[in-house]
This record gives sequence, structure tokens and C-alpha cells, in this order.
Amino acid sequence: MAIVNNFDYVKPKSLKSVFRLFKQYKNPIILAGGTDLLDMLKSGAVVPDVVIDIKGLNVLKRITYKDGVLFIGACVTYTELIESKIIKKRCPIILEMAKQVASMGVRNRGTMAGNICSAVPCADSSPVLLAYNADIVVKSSSGERSIPAEDWFVGSRKTALKKGEVVRGISIKLEEQPQGASFLKLGRYEGEDLAQVNLVVIALKDKTYRVVYGSVAPVPLRARKIESFLKGHDFYKAVLKEAVALVESEIKPISDVRASKEYRLHMAKVMLEIGLEAAINRLSGKKPVYGTKLL
Amino acid sequence: MKNEIKFLLNGEQVIIEVAGNEVLLEMLRERIGVKSPKCGCDKGDCGTCTVMINGKTVRSCLVLAAEVDGAEVTTLEGVMDGGDLSPLQKSFLEHNSFQCGFCAPGVILSTTELLNKNPHPSKEQIKEAIAGNLCRCTGYTPIIDAVTDLVK
Repeated sequence: MAIVNNFDYVKPKSLKSVFRLFKQYKNPIILAGGTDLLDMLKSGAVVPDVVIDIKGLNVLKRITYKDGVLFIGACVTYTELIESKIIKKRCPIILEMAKQVASMGVRNRGTMAGNICSAVPCADSSPVLLAYNADIVVKSSSGERSIPAEDWFVGSRKTALKKGEVVRGISIKLEEQPQGASFLKLGRYEGEDLAQVNLVVIALKDKTYRVVYGSVAPVPLRARKIESFLKGHDFYKAVLKEAVALVESEIKPISDVRASKEYRLHMAKVMLEIGLEAAINRLSGKKPVYGTKLL
Repeated sequence: MKNEIKFLLNGEQVIIEVAGNEVLLEMLRERIGVKSPKCGCDKGDCGTCTVMINGKTVRSCLVLAAEVDGAEVTTLEGVMDGGDLSPLQKSFLEHNSFQCGFCAPGVILSTTELLNKNPHPSKEQIKEAIAGNLCRCTGYTPIIDAVTDLVK
């Protein structure tokens, strides 16, 4: 299917030029990997008069770690995340998530920043960013601001990004204390399937936990009741049953073409058990290694 | 606004004028006449439009033609080894890995990328590399066998 609407294609070399284009055109749209955008262009979900390709901006292609802060540039692809030594050492849960995104051909192109700009409810990156209290760093011609991941997602396919702003990258202030984390994705098959449920669990040394579900509501959900119930417990098995019982009060999945709400709810419970166990094992340096499929 | 782009296609330079909304797959098939990438699902799910950009497989249905300016594009036509089949292609042939052949371009390019990165992949890694290339004929087993046999 061809793209019906025509538009200009521009690949600027600096952020300044991006903002100039924002002024010059009425309805600009940013292109990073394009794995979501091309589909939206074809369906007519977006009808821009200019597509601004930001892959010419080298400043957006970096993954850095400095003073406890991990920064992932807006043009970093999933493949680059998987191959990054910094990610593997500093935040391997991102590696575990990235490996489960779509297929190699999509990961070679698609970016994490693009994933959260599309903000579909089943996006794989969203729960990870919420669990780590990541900030989305956005720039406009008047300056820069950081948006906490929890405020970023305002609805299905809706974000806090304003007109005239472009995502520069994702900033994650990593916890200093030892931690174990896990990412689980429930799908029908491997390779280019969307999640029916996804889940991130982080277990921290001070016996606090973070539990975030994706694909069970219009936006990713932090399961605060489960988190506060688990707080202070170090032997999870004794309390696991009660924690799992709380899942029903936390999430309200819907039935759609990919799964029924009953199946989603049931699997969300199973996933919490598996996810907690893996996170706690990793906290104490035990297997499974990061990147292992847990489901 | 049209953009004049220059890129290498299977080692040969191409200079062509493209519209902003032109998709890479359309340009390759309809305007240049390279027919190995095909339009299956048209949304990146099936893998049959796979080509390589700078050695990495991409879904050409999800790339604008203008994006390949300055890049090196390789299609199945470009993986031949001096007019001969590559060892990987020979192994696919010996294992009767394909029946209708619709998925072959995507599968061959994906496994070529895998072997370039990792000459001795495990079965799991082979499966991961070909995931997202839908085959409805042979059920993947002879595809995986062909790669496994070649790298053992």
C-alpha cells in the first residue's frame, strides 16, 4: 500500500534546523526508526506536511553513563541497546526487554524513544522506564525539560510531548544499591508479536520492590498496592500468594483480538510469581542470567 | 518536493529522484526492477520485504526511499558469491528449505546477517534471527537445519 498523502522529507544536521523546520511547516512529524511511523503514514493516522528524519543528528545516537545516570539517545536502536556494553553492565533489564521486541529486522531500525512516542499500550519499553523512574528529555526552541515516565503516558497513543518539542533521549538515574530485575512478555509467538501482558519487577536490597504492568490498560501501570505489600519482606514465597491475590485489584485488562481479559488476568498472576522469583534470584547474584526468556 | 538520492544497490551506484512519500520497497520493485523483496503484510510483520541497509536487515516496507541516501543497500540479488550461490544458499537448496520461495529473501538475508556477526550460532540464535520471517510451507525445520548443518 502506498502512502497517499505526500510530504517533504528533510534530514537536518542539527537540532536548530529541526526547530526551524517546526516553524516553517504546519504539521511536521519526527522520523527516527520509522517502524511505527511508516505504518501510521500508510493508514493515514498521521498526515504530515513534512517528515523530519533525525537520524542525521549524531548527538542523538549515543548511550552514555555518567555519575550514576544512564542516557539513551533518541536514535539508539534496539539492536544497539542489545549490543551495548554499557547497557549490559549498568542496566541489563533493558537488554532483556530489547531482545524481546519484534524481530531482528525491526530491532535494527526501531528505537526506544520512538516506541514511547507511539505510546501504544502494549509497548515493551514503557514498563521498564516506569519501573526505573526514567525521565524523558525533550527539547524545544525555548529550552529543555524532563518529563517523568509516569507523566509521559497520558493515554493510549497519547504522550505529554507538546507541539514544537522533540525527544532528545531517555535519562535513567540508576539505584546505587544492589538490585535484581526481570522483564516478562506474554505473546502468542516469537518475532513481531505484540504483548498480551508485559511485566517488569525490580527487587532492591533494602527490601523494596517495583512492579509495573504493561498492555493491561491504556497506559503502563505501577502496581503500588503490590509494591507496598511486598515492602520489607525478603522471603517472598511466604507472601507470594497474598501478593498475587492483589493483582486483581491492580489491573483491569480488556478483551481484544490478542487475548481475553480472563486470560490476561490469569497470566498476569503467573507472571508476577515468575518475575518476582527471577528478580530476587538475580538480586543475590544467582541465575537466570539477564536476557534469558522467563516465560 | 522531490529529493535526489544516491546509494549503492548491490554494489552499483544508483542516482534517482524520489518523492517524500515513496517507500523503499516500492522504489526497488516498481522503479528499479529489483524483485526479490516482496510486499506481504506491508506493516513489518512478515519479513518478505527484507533488504539490508549497511549490512543490517530491515523491513523495506517500513523505510522511506529517501532514507537510503548515501547508504549501501543489499537485496537477495546481491548476496550471490560472484555469480554463484553462497554456501548458505547452497545449504538451503540441499535441505529443500523452501517450497514456494516467498519467504526465502527474508530468511536468507536474515541468516546472512546472523552469520556475518556470529559464524557459529546456536539453534536458539538461529531461531531468534529468523523470527518474524513467516514461512507457510516447510514449517521452519529445514530452514534451521540448513543453517545448523552449515555452521557445525
